[in-house]
Amino acid sequence: MTGATPTPARTPDADAGAVYQLTVNGTPLTVEGSRPTDSLLHVLRDRLGLPGAKNACEQGECGSCSVLVDGMLVCACLELAEAAVGCEITTVEGLTPVGAEPGDAALTGAVLTDVQQAMIEAGGVQCGFCTPGFIVAIQDLLGRVPEPGPLEVREALAGNLCRCTGYGRILAAIERVVAVRGNGR
Amino acid sequence: MTVLAPTRLDDAVAALAADSSLTVLAGGTDLMVAVNYGQYRPAGVLSLRRVPELHDWHVEGEGSAAHVVLGAATSYTTLLDPALAALVPALAQASRTVGSPQIRNTGTIGGNLGTASPAGDTLPVLVALDATVELASASGRRRMPVSEFVTGPKRTALAPGELVTAVRVPIARGPQEFLKIGVRNAMVIAVANCALVLDLGRRHLACALGSVGPVPMRDRDAERWAEARLDWDGRPALDHALVDDFGRRMATISRPIDDHRATAAYRRHAVEVLARRALARAWVAT
Repeated sequence: MTGATPTPARTPDADAGAVYQLTVNGTPLTVEGSRPTDSLLHVLRDRLGLPGAKNACEQGECGSCSVLVDGMLVCACLELAEAAVGCEITTVEGLTPVGAEPGDAALTGAVLTDVQQAMIEAGGVQCGFCTPGFIVAIQDLLGRVPEPGPLEVREALAGNLCRCTGYGRILAAIERVVAVRGNGR
Repeated sequence: MTVLAPTRLDDAVAALAADSSLTVLAGGTDLMVAVNYGQYRPAGVLSLRRVPELHDWHVEGEGSAAHVVLGAATSYTTLLDPALAALVPALAQASRTVGSPQIRNTGTIGGNLGTASPAGDTLPVLVALDATVELASASGRRRMPVSEFVTGPKRTALAPGELVTAVRVPIARGPQEFLKIGVRNAMVIAVANCALVLDLGRRHLACALGSVGPVPMRDRDAERWAEARLDWDGRPALDHALVDDFGRRMATISRPIDDHRATAAYRRHAVEVLARRALARAWVAT
């Protein structure tokens, strides 16, 4: 880009009906009819038909809307959707099971990841509202730290609230994933 | 509402010069809460996400003149990078207490400065370290101490059309402490916090308190009082009377208020304990 004029993410005209593209789970998707102040969370859920990220606090307190933006774990409610143009966004719907190719439509959503499977087996899902956020956060943690210690796990999940207070079984699910992945190595 | 996402710092500055009504979006952890709750509706947004210069950090100068230059969009997670934490330990300690991993991945040091909340966790650290902020506008660049930049609760010396581009943090040789009180270890806005820096080379002590006044509170008299009584050569076990007295002096300079998070009396007590504890821990670490 040259010159002193920044490139707008879209033309600065109407207050509604902005059209832009977001790359979600490897696929460029066109966003139409969203309000310019919409968070990524609203656009994912209400415009793009991806309701996995849950809407609860809208202030970054609860972690129910956790997604990955350019590989970083973030709260989708705190991302301005239009400012995420050009970023790689991964939602819980786009997490791929071990061995599957990213973006493999036949597998995505149809086969559980090992984290999802372990959450079921360990009883880590009660009402289920916080579960997608936890899944994304756990996937992020274990991707960076394959064998986290107990305190490391607690610190990594401090931003995800479970109001059924089922933390014990969520922690057990993580232990299960770590054990299974460890056996596979 | 326009959303601008320039890829060069010059373009960002030019955009602000052309339209000073633009709201600067760094991490969004403060701004988006206000937007989500309908408390604030920006006329236009200038996103700094794609400006690479603002995400970098590096070391400039040598010896006692060495300092870390942090791009304004440096995230709290980056401040926890071991290489950076080794240079400015208190900044890493403060960053670790901010929000959650999600918030730390998103929130930035420039945003902490721009928001200028009395509870901003990096602010006491930056003030204790005599850090300076770098500002850019169409008419040029300037620097000022963080202690002058933060002028009041959520108020700064930022001029219209001006952007925070970097923070320059001196590298001190010696222990540093950051302590914070809240109802949890995570996801909590400070009820009170405290940064303390010992510079063994300069025989200098600095201590700044947060959440107990409109801006981070420092007092050179209290610091000099302690500097004069510390045995910098022998470094024996710390004199308890000295530490207690230092805590009381710091509590005296605090100007806390009652609010929904704590009473002024509790905060005054808290900073007395924090200042005492920070000095004791830092001294042991010498």
